[in-house]
Amino acid sequence: MSSNEVWSLLAILGLAVITVVARAFFMIPEREIPMPDWLRRGLKYAPLAALTAVIAPEIFMAQGALIGSLQDARLPSVLCAVAYYFWRRGILGTIVVGMLVYLPLHIGLGW
Amino acid sequence: MTWRTVGATLRHPLYRQGVSDMLGAGVGVGAWGLVTGVAMVKSGMSVPVALAMSLLVYAGSAQLAVIPLLAVGAPLWVVWLTASCVNLRFVIFSSLWRSYFVHLPLRQRLAIGYFSGDVIFVAFMKRFPEPRPAPEQVPYFWGAASINWLAWQVPSVIGILLANTIPLAWGLGFAGVLALLGVLLSLLFDRATWLATAVAATAAVAAFALPLKLNILVAIAAAVAAGLLMEAVERRRQGRTQDGTP
Repeated sequence: MSSNEVWSLLAILGLAVITVVARAFFMIPEREIPMPDWLRRGLKYAPLAALTAVIAPEIFMAQGALIGSLQDARLPSVLCAVAYYFWRRGILGTIVVGMLVYLPLHIGLGW
Repeated sequence: MTWRTVGATLRHPLYRQGVSDMLGAGVGVGAWGLVTGVAMVKSGMSVPVALAMSLLVYAGSAQLAVIPLLAVGAPLWVVWLTASCVNLRFVIFSSLWRSYFVHLPLRQRLAIGYFSGDVIFVAFMKRFPEPRPAPEQVPYFWGAASINWLAWQVPSVIGILLANTIPLAWGLGFAGVLALLGVLLSLLFDRATWLATAVAATAAVAAFALPLKLNILVAIAAAVAAGLLMEAVERRRQGRTQDGTP
């Protein structure tokens, strides 16, 4: 094993520990953690905010800036996917419809 | 956990419920895993190291963030700090997991933490909106978690092994975005949630230039504030219609 690989494996072990500690963070202490009531209520918006924050730049941005062109395969794809979701409420169908619009525009027309 | 309790978990009807709740989004998770697998090898990582990373780290967004750092041989503390910041949203999620699982032994709590990704979290919170423990939550969690693990790891390993035959230019990773979009839409049911999402999207795009994906934390803070504000406004409006005074 090369020294480069040893270094990579060390990095990976540290990253695995970070995964466990971050995801279990507030589950680790045994004792009650005091938390103000408003924060407890407010945190129910955290999951949808995190999802939104992960996907919004992937839909509306390119190279670190807002997309300037409507000739972007992502926009019609997302519109159709959202329409399908509210029609049928299925996540699998949402992905399939979105990709059926996205792939031809992206690969075929280069949008 | 003994083999008998594992067997009982697998046969529990809520285990199957967890599995079926994750199947749709699993397709998108898989597309993302495939793309991440390809990206690791394309960055110059050797196949064994990429396999170790996928199987041990098991965190898509953190992996994608540190791949370029590993490729240029950045100092370890930079790699770890970056991953910690990208994972901060999970720290927030863990405060909600706590209300359901704090009564379990520490080893099980750590295992639950390790296997809890974004999509599992959302599915679980939808199924069990009341933050109090119930016995059927554990089999449900493991049902959702086992599908999510398979949906991520199998395509990720395929991506690592076939990195040079799968073209990233096709944009297959967009299926992952669409999966999260579907999950997100399933969470929007009133004015407060729609407003919180609009605020989060605006904040995430506006703060995109921040390093270490800290725009995600900015978006969470902004959405929590907007949601609480909206609730306060609605409460005041209801109070006014009830007793006629502001």
